Amino acid sequence: MTQRPATQEQAYLTALESFEKNGYANDPSWAHDIRKAAMSRFQSLGFPTSRRGNEEWKYTDIGPIAKAKFRSLDSNAQPRVNAADVEGASLGEPGWSQLVFVNGGYSEELSSVSSLPAGVMVVNLVEAMRSTPDLVQAHLARHADYEANAFTALNTAFIHEGAFVHITDGIMLDEPIRLLFLSTSQEEAVSQSRVLIVAGKDSKAAIIEGYAGISDGRYFSNAVTEIVVGDGSTVEYYKVQQQSEKAFHITTTEVALGRDSNFSSINIDLGGKLTRNNLNVLTEGEGSSSVLNGLYLVNGTQHVDNQVIIDHAKPYTTSRELYKGILDGKSRSVFHGSIIVREGAVKVNANQVDKNLLLSDQAEADTKPAFWVYCDDVKCGHGAACGQMDETALFYMRSRGIDEKTARGLLTRAFISEVIESISNEPLRGQVDALVQTKLQEWLVS
Amino acid sequence: MLEVKDLHASVGGVEILKGLSLRVKAGEVHAIMGPNGSGKSTLANVLAGNPSYTATSGEVLFEGEDLLTMLPENRARAGLFLCFQHPTEIHGVRLDHFMRASFNSIQKSKGLQEMDVLKFDRFLNEKVGIVEMDRNLTKRSVNEGFSGGEKKRNEILQMAVLAPKLAILDEPDSGLDVDALRTVAEGINQLRSPENAIILVTHYQRILDYVVPDNVHVIINGRIVKSGDKKLALEIEAQGYDELEKSVESLQSSG
Repeated sequence: MTQRPATQEQAYLTALESFEKNGYANDPSWAHDIRKAAMSRFQSLGFPTSRRGNEEWKYTDIGPIAKAKFRSLDSNAQPRVNAADVEGASLGEPGWSQLVFVNGGYSEELSSVSSLPAGVMVVNLVEAMRSTPDLVQAHLARHADYEANAFTALNTAFIHEGAFVHITDGIMLDEPIRLLFLSTSQEEAVSQSRVLIVAGKDSKAAIIEGYAGISDGRYFSNAVTEIVVGDGSTVEYYKVQQQSEKAFHITTTEVALGRDSNFSSINIDLGGKLTRNNLNVLTEGEGSSSVLNGLYLVNGTQHVDNQVIIDHAKPYTTSRELYKGILDGKSRSVFHGSIIVREGAVKVNANQVDKNLLLSDQAEADTKPAFWVYCDDVKCGHGAACGQMDETALFYMRSRGIDEKTARGLLTRAFISEVIESISNEPLRGQVDALVQTKLQEWLVS
Repeated sequence: MLEVKDLHASVGGVEILKGLSLRVKAGEVHAIMGPNGSGKSTLANVLAGNPSYTATSGEVLFEGEDLLTMLPENRARAGLFLCFQHPTEIHGVRLDHFMRASFNSIQKSKGLQEMDVLKFDRFLNEKVGIVEMDRNLTKRSVNEGFSGGEKKRNEILQMAVLAPKLAILDEPDSGLDVDALRTVAEGINQLRSPENAIILVTHYQRILDYVVPDNVHVIINGRIVKSGDKKLALEIEAQGYDELEKSVESLQSSG
């Protein structure tokens, strides 16, 4: 009998050691090196605690993740997922290319890549590590910092399969690329999902990243996405999370914006027991603009925490953040938005808004804006609001014959309409709207 | 159509209506006048079922049914309409969508055919003409960024769409210039028919030049103290409410 690891941190180390001898053995040496360094860093960092003074994790206790024995499954040991499950969790049009992953492992049979223009790669990360190492090595684990963040370190320690999207300079994609990460709970599995998106100069792409659970059980999804937006390019990035309501979902998205680029991130959280999204955007070039929007619906004892950092390192860069949440039951939300304006980054225009609608008096929303401005010639603003249903509007609607339940539904939907309308991809907008409406209807009935 | 018997009502624990009685028959237009704070708006809101107002005693029958126990939406479905003095802005709900939801919920409750988007659009176009409202406003959020006059026109538009049996108009004239007032009044007159009734709450006589009432009542301190025909409104215009208030006070102190 093998010795039981003393801590869960050590259990991850044991799993990695086993993978290195088996499934990971044929990876290039630099991949081994990255994993080794990241695991070593994870061992010394350990899981973060929500102790006092640890501002970053002050409101979110990840104790349950640190204590639970989630299993790291070898690629060969992944449970089977059928096409119907994939279909149920997929977003967008069926004809659009989609890479599918089960517990972080790539599933070739469930994936479908339609005819892509020359110069566009949508492949399993490990394949690219072997076939086009230069393209991957230039960016992989270079944007998401595993030195400071334990979850990034843990994910990086298992870099192997994942999604690699590479768009050559000047290519404009008409259809979105879909990446679907499914998790199963039969084995209380952990998914170390990894994505690297590199959009070349003057290119255009839309990425839909979906996270969903196949069952309503408990599992742990730890995802890291790195996005490089080349000079003059436009990237729309959508992340739609529909995890099981017992699942732990941690994501880290690191974005590097080139000169005069346009980036939008729309983050939709509809599930999860505990969700934490880190979105870090760095303006590496002048004149870039970004829209960072989010929407979260939580009920029961669900907890969602969005940490957004926009680092205006260069002049003439703009950012608009709009996060909206609907909270019911005893749920809790945290929005922690930091805007950094570096020295010399003149004419920066940054705005941040977080608004919450509380459907229950036991729900709680915490909004914490932070500004670090080292330059005078800038415009920064923020707004936050937290409130209950507008009773005056409710009566107005009812007095016109609309029943209370429908009126509440309309007002709740209206509250988040700005975020939904910011989804410029039409089929996706309709689907997200339908998912939101279905969820709200369920809540209003119960 | 409507029978209010000895109605008492309060807002935030303060009694505003202190035994008000009123009978309205089909085909009639009743003007309710009174100084500020006399209970005019409270009457309108209690009849429409605003949850901020509590009817503490008395009875209200609407077409023989006990109105006070009905939910606000059911009052609307039964044919009652409140034209708000201060219509609410509802961000994110498009006015035409809202009106269709409202119209269809009432149709549905009566077992009548609901209208699809195209059909309702055509129907709405006709009605918009009545109040001379900018059609583009109906594509915006309900009342959001509307001027005072636009809000009032929108209320009349919704009344025209829903064609209620009993319309209660809470100061539809407040804040309107003469042209807007004339348009709003025309909208109200279009609803007049032998089958319908109107209760028009107003502070000023002005609108009654356009919407000529059959009966005029004066509310002071939560009760109707004087009723008459349209000439009463002109008397009040000439004398003001002071004389009436004084006579009510002396009556109450001596009684």
